[in-house]
Amino acid sequence: MEKTSPKFALQVKGLNKAFNGKPVLTGVELGVPLGSIFTVLGPSGAGKSVFLKCLANIIQPDAGRILFDGSELTFGDRASQLEFRRRCSFLFQSNALFDSLTALENVALPLEQTADIANEEIQRRSLEALRQLEMEDYVGHYPAQLSGGMQKRLALARAIVTQPELVLFDEPTAGLDPLRRNAVFEMIAKYQRQFGFTALIVTHDVPEALVASDRVALLNQGRICFEGTPAEFSASNHSVVSDFRDSAAALQRSLAAIRISDR
Amino acid sequence: MPMFYWFGRQTLQLIFGIGDYSLFTAKAFCALAKSRRLVRRIVSAVHEQGTVCLPVILIVGVFTGLVLGLQGYHVLSRFGSQGLLGTLVSLSLVREMGPVLAALMLIGQAGSALAAELGIQRNTEQIVALETMGVNSHGYLVVPRLLASLLVFPLQTAVFVVVGFWGGSLSGSLLLGVDSGVYWSAVQRAVEVQDMKECFIKAAAFGILSISICAYQGFHSDRNASAMGARAVSVSTTRAVVFSSILVLVADYIISSFFV
Repeated sequence: MEKTSPKFALQVKGLNKAFNGKPVLTGVELGVPLGSIFTVLGPSGAGKSVFLKCLANIIQPDAGRILFDGSELTFGDRASQLEFRRRCSFLFQSNALFDSLTALENVALPLEQTADIANEEIQRRSLEALRQLEMEDYVGHYPAQLSGGMQKRLALARAIVTQPELVLFDEPTAGLDPLRRNAVFEMIAKYQRQFGFTALIVTHDVPEALVASDRVALLNQGRICFEGTPAEFSASNHSVVSDFRDSAAALQRSLAAIRISDR
Repeated sequence: MPMFYWFGRQTLQLIFGIGDYSLFTAKAFCALAKSRRLVRRIVSAVHEQGTVCLPVILIVGVFTGLVLGLQGYHVLSRFGSQGLLGTLVSLSLVREMGPVLAALMLIGQAGSALAAELGIQRNTEQIVALETMGVNSHGYLVVPRLLASLLVFPLQTAVFVVVGFWGGSLSGSLLLGVDSGVYWSAVQRAVEVQDMKECFIKAAAFGILSISICAYQGFHSDRNASAMGARAVSVSTTRAVVFSSILVLVADYIISSFFV
């Protein structure tokens, strides 16, 4: 039987980015299958956030091609940028919620400012997004009045209200405890299935990402050094992958060595 | 030689700054055509620059009038021309002090608040978030404030001038004994349509100039090479107030030279 190649929501080819002559991304190649949860893992300072910001057209890459749904994104081409932004949402590490707007106003903002629809429809869709994320009791609350987890859900409600095809998540679990990390990944997986968008996550939380993702890649020193399924990642003998994956075991070994030398 | 390098660098920075600011303001006006649901945000900006700043305008206006009345009376009494107090107070307020002082007060309150708000929004990635949503950040954040300034600065100046007239009458007539009828008829005779025109043109120009400078400083608070984070917001806010105050005085001289 002939195998059909998976359709990619996003393809990255030879992406390069340097700051003040110091390379941050070097020839990054990646394909994110349509309708999947794809996680880019990597240690802090590996260039994950820069990679995501290049994809979101926030930072201009020095070289390389980014293809969204088969069409090339060109930095500086306003029509192409607007089309991409209409179909893609970005979830910031800091949530980037408007602190002077209520939860409902935050969710309604992208619809009010980008869609030609009636106010009643905007209100209905915003309330529906908040209801789907179990935030209907907090419509009049300001972001500062919500807990960290609720703020994350509110940011996701704002991201999905425009019914995007692709959602980019920048370190969605940064600074959260293990239970909250699980809850965030569960939320992403649940709503990705419910709404059918393609999710691209960058994180350094290995165990949660391996459980929640369909595919993972490892970005190290600006290069993709592994790409595959979570099972392939777990079984990989690649030195960088095993160092990153088995960091707890390495710590255990180091501590054991310190205790022995103390005796 | 280092002196030349320093001078050259400062000149280039100044040229870049003027060019960048002009581009920012032009972008904001171009974004006007694409802005959606502007009315609510203009009303909110009118509230920020108008209602919130009204008490300070009233207080400064009345005390400016009181001082003008007091000083004017003592100067004019040397020449036995106390009857011209209304003329002195009204022309000083309408042609110079009203637009300039009202603008400086609005810069101190609304302008600094705008620069700080935009600086924090830049710091917390709210402005980048708007861009990623496909929302024109100039259109959403800057345009309503600029349009509101065109309305609010002339209105606040009118309030300042009227309250200043009253302050002048209070010190001149009530405290120093100038006949009230003489004072008010001098005011009425002195102020001509041309003076009112100058007053409102100045007020509108100061509004656009100061609000665009404050917005520019806050919007680009991340470009501060000397400071980061909260410190960058404070530096931007200070620069916004200092630069716009200086440029209001420069613009005042230029506009006055066309009317004198």
